[in-house]
Amino acid sequence: MQPFTTHTGNVAPLDRANVDTDQIIPKQFLKRIERTGFGQFLFFDWRFLPDGSPDPAFELNQPIRQGASILLARRNFGCGSSREHAPWALDDYGFRSVIAPTFADIFFNNCFQNGMLPVKLDEADVDELFRRAAAAEAAGHAYRLTVDLENCEVRDDGGFSRSFAVDPFRRHCLLEGLDNIGLSLKHVDEITAWENAHGLTPLPGGTT
Amino acid sequence: MPAPRTLLDKIWDDHLVCSPDGEQPLIYIDRHLVHEVTSAQAFEGLRVAGRRLRRPEATFATPDHNIPTTDRRLPIADPISKQQIDTLRANCREFGVRLFDLGDADQGIVHVIGPELGITQPGMTIVCGDSHTATHGALGALAFGIGTSEVEHVLATQTLRQSKPKSFEVRVEGELHPGVTAKDLVLYLIGRLTTEGGTGYVIEYTGPCIRRLGMEERMTVCNMSIEAGARAGMIAPDQITFDYLRGRDLVPKDFDQAVARWSTLPSDAGARYDRSETFSGGDVVPQVTWGTNPAQVVGVDASVPDPASMADASDRSSASRALEYMGLEAGTPIAAIPIDRVFIGSCTNSRIEDLRAAASVVRGHSVASRVRAMVVPGSGRVKRQAEAEGLDRVFTAAGFEWREAGCSMCLGMNPDTLAPGERCASTSNRNFEGRQGKGGRTHLVSPAMAAAAAVKGHFTDIRQWRYL
Ligand code: SF4
Repeated sequence: MQPFTTHTGNVAPLDRANVDTDQIIPKQFLKRIERTGFGQFLFFDWRFLPDGSPDPAFELNQPIRQGASILLARRNFGCGSSREHAPWALDDYGFRSVIAPTFADIFFNNCFQNGMLPVKLDEADVDELFRRAAAAEAAGHAYRLTVDLENCEVRDDGGFSRSFAVDPFRRHCLLEGLDNIGLSLKHVDEITAWENAHGLTPLPGGTT
Repeated sequence: MPAPRTLLDKIWDDHLVCSPDGEQPLIYIDRHLVHEVTSAQAFEGLRVAGRRLRRPEATFATPDHNIPTTDRRLPIADPISKQQIDTLRANCREFGVRLFDLGDADQGIVHVIGPELGITQPGMTIVCGDSHTATHGALGALAFGIGTSEVEHVLATQTLRQSKPKSFEVRVEGELHPGVTAKDLVLYLIGRLTTEGGTGYVIEYTGPCIRRLGMEERMTVCNMSIEAGARAGMIAPDQITFDYLRGRDLVPKDFDQAVARWSTLPSDAGARYDRSETFSGGDVVPQVTWGTNPAQVVGVDASVPDPASMADASDRSSASRALEYMGLEAGTPIAAIPIDRVFIGSCTNSRIEDLRAAASVVRGHSVASRVRAMVVPGSGRVKRQAEAEGLDRVFTAAGFEWREAGCSMCLGMNPDTLAPGERCASTSNRNFEGRQGKGGRTHLVSPAMAAAAAVKGHFTDIRQWRYL
């Protein structure tokens, strides 16, 4: 897994609540059997008009937001379907971090599995970030933020700085880019002991 | 005396493998259900790492999401769908997973066949790369959806990294009025809990109203827990659960002994939940969603709400967007909304009791001329049972299409989709933008309400239905 330590990049504000994974990556693109190549379909139904051209009204299509790598959104981001294609699409498009007041549980988990950092900030702080992004864009440049997992902090160069909470184990895995399965398999003796205690015998040929 | 424990505590304690210092706990997974859309990348990951399945016999697979629901003898027309299903077959063969394949008499929606075959049992931990895995909690299991990386993790280790979720008791007193169904109850609850009210929690539904629900009704309730943000919903097992399971294919051989064990699962008197809320079943009327998330819901006797009347700014903007997408005006009576399509199916409402309820409404009536309506049974077994009872003929005589089992228009990955602007009364679980087809407008309702809407061509209060 790609590690996440500290990332500085442009912010794309998406001022919507309850953005569901059906919007992030619509179902017609779930038929691929690879993990890659989903970025071109990110927010497809919002991003493109029926004739296939980009919808100029959609938030991410604003020229100033091209190349953004931090997505700023409203509460309950990533609700709905468990499809991991959602973080795959965000990642493949170029996002390394999503900031919102709250996230849906499965999506939140899935981000950590893919070296992407979801950051929960208070609603008031998220409001402030939306204001700062709007001000920067009104002045003709993209808003830049640093998401720092080592210090658990989000900051800009205009005086904004907030710390965020993150599960210490998940933080460790992300900082190091650890292989979760390999890590769990270090506990294979405990797994076997559990199986024995519950009358299940380890199978020949199973993972040991 | 040990502290009183909840159903969740008991299942959690029993499945905790280890809780190493500085790491998230590992819990053992009893059953893993697999479908074609969220598994290919997981099997590929195993292959690349040279890993095998730890317990292949704990894993069950079926194709359901993108399969056509027309004649099963015909080849799958969409080459990409076909590739995904061929991939599932090849992976099951290579890794030794039992597959209920297309054409198998027991194939069906993964959350319908799990309970039906007795794969799902009380006290188990059950996962699937699908957010509606919560359905299985109706039998007193801890069941929740996971992402594809976690699917790979479970395949390889039979465990999952998991911090213990918080418990949320949703207690429902009283009973439902005639004509009001489990679907109406759960939509009503989601409307009050909001789409994220359950985030971080496992919901346990308790109370006399829940106890009165039959097994399939309980599945409908647990199924939609995720729409309130809760990864899992559960109902303690009781005689209704045991009667449902007895005689099913994959239940324990010594069933009575299993029942004795399962009988210890319900939450102890005095057990503490992290949060509790109480509702009254008698307050619920038949529900219809008007927006683009399941919490945007009102009673069939109400009108489309006015966003301006909402206190919260973000609710206001969501509601305005939703009304625009749905092509609705605030103040329109729900019963005055005309519909173009009806879909009866999905893991929420495609079981035999759902089809019986819909058929009893339709019997002797015809589908309105403006409406195209279809019934998609949840599994091969449900389909055969319905045909044995003559329900298929009730539906087809009224003008419904009668299909093969699958997810179908619940998510429209197969050819069953809405055209842009089409309005659908659907028994499924998500009314998200484009869910049933780009530009399609979905209203979530119960099977009886969907059937009545098919006949009338618009929503109508099922409590006033004239059954023939
Ligand atoms: S019926 Fe719908 S919600 Fe249920 S598993 Fe299939 S696609 Fe998902």
